[in-house]
Amino acid sequence: MPAVFTETAATRRKRLTERLAQGLFGLMALSLVVPLVTIVVYLFVQAWPLLSWDFLTSNPTNGMRQGGIWSAFLGTIYLVTVSLCVSAPIGVLAAVYLNEYAEDNWLTRMINLAVVNLAGVPSIVHALFGLGAFVLFAGIGRSIIAASLTLAIMTLPVIIASTKESLASVPRSFREACWNVGATRWQTIRRIVLPNSISGILTGVILQVSRTAGETAPVMFTGAVFFKKIPEGDVFAYSLTDQCMALSMHLYTVTTQVTNAPHALPYAIAVALLGTVLVVNALSIGTRVYLRSRKKW
Amino acid sequence: MVEPKPKKIEVSNLRLSYGKKEVIHGISFDVQQSEIFAIIGPAQSAKTSLLKCINRTLDFVAGAKVSGVIKVDGQDVSRMKNVYELRRKIGMVAPLPVGLPLSIYDNVAFAPRAAGMRSKAALDVLVERCLTQAALWDEVKDRLDSLGTKLSGGQQQRLTIARALSHSPDVLCLDEFSIAIDPVTTMRIEDVLKELREKITIILVTNLVQQARRLADRTMFLWNGEIVELGTNDVIFSDHPANRQTYEYVNGIFG
Repeated sequence: MPAVFTETAATRRKRLTERLAQGLFGLMALSLVVPLVTIVVYLFVQAWPLLSWDFLTSNPTNGMRQGGIWSAFLGTIYLVTVSLCVSAPIGVLAAVYLNEYAEDNWLTRMINLAVVNLAGVPSIVHALFGLGAFVLFAGIGRSIIAASLTLAIMTLPVIIASTKESLASVPRSFREACWNVGATRWQTIRRIVLPNSISGILTGVILQVSRTAGETAPVMFTGAVFFKKIPEGDVFAYSLTDQCMALSMHLYTVTTQVTNAPHALPYAIAVALLGTVLVVNALSIGTRVYLRSRKKW
Repeated sequence: MVEPKPKKIEVSNLRLSYGKKEVIHGISFDVQQSEIFAIIGPAQSAKTSLLKCINRTLDFVAGAKVSGVIKVDGQDVSRMKNVYELRRKIGMVAPLPVGLPLSIYDNVAFAPRAAGMRSKAALDVLVERCLTQAALWDEVKDRLDSLGTKLSGGQQQRLTIARALSHSPDVLCLDEFSIAIDPVTTMRIEDVLKELREKITIILVTNLVQQARRLADRTMFLWNGEIVELGTNDVIFSDHPANRQTYEYVNGIFG
């Protein structure tokens, strides 16, 4: 064997370092799974006695101590849907403008700065803003619409940021090729940029569902109530100007305000919240895989 | 000396700067109808930028500032409202092949569709014609539905040429088209260019001095954003071009 291929002390050290690094990083990555699994298993075990279809579809009774979570579950669905209906189109279109049309000038830089800063504002501040702007100033009053708008403002910057990132992942050479053959910016966006970034855009939007569903502070000030009875099984039970219950706030009140609630109740609410989020995330992953499989380069 | 042909593109006193840095320092030249006009010069001599000025895709480059006049068919490009028509008039082939993430068919049909062509029959004819002209038809005619991005580098470059021809340009600009493809494919494309010369004007930006010598009628030697020499090939590639630098560059003594 030529001398270059024999192992010396230095190369052995390199090889061991390499293995150590790989092992360490792998361990860290693996450790991410541990809390997730622990939480899910723990919640399910604790919540098990209460989990049933009835729990989901019946209103709370007896001062929250009995019955189910129907009005809170439906309230959360309403809040999430309405807020996404507002934030997704505005966020995506604004991101398309910022990434595809905007020139690099002070105005664009200011907008980008505003987006970044808005993303860093704590949710309690959004809550106070929503209370001031929508509930009081605009006179909408505490309602699903006011709460959803507050949530929309909160998710908007994140949607803009994730959409911009997806758009930027489409190589510039594709755009140049389109411009060179006389396509307008819009034709380029419509035919090439959007079809190839849509999976990332959708993922970014759908991930905001979990955030919206989980937030307590913004809805507590702007539209969520302690208790509300609605017709069971009717998915159109709320109107947009109603106040509603929300799972996140329900969990909070049951844990902190209600005495003698069954031990399993908060865990069951948490399972419902987590379940909703996980179902939506699974849908998002499915969509992503499907759209990725059609990605074309 | 060949009889002067009508002028297709007239450039006068063109200056271009990116931010504070000027990269083209006031150059003037004409490209004649139905000639192959080669532009040679080392990297950073603003060859690509020059092409972008002509089809006004420089509009998309932030901080670029152009002065001077470029006329295509006698019309000042900076005053054109319909730049899309201008860009369709000028086919552009980039150094690295860019297959759009579409099928082979859609790659070629992209430009005509963007221009409003809808008839399937007309598109079929056009796609076949362009792919044939680009010497690619025989290789892909059975799989027009497969992705353009999955073709090999040389095939993608011919696909790019087919796409550039799809909007029936009067002028075809090739920017170092052979940089990413093998010599055999290069020769095939060069044959295509020789045929196209009869019908359209070709601007050939190239790093390969020999390619310019083989193909061009006239050659312009651009260096650091200035024209060193512009002349017919029998002068530029002779032993006595007007400028000593030209002789040294084309003979590989410097550059």
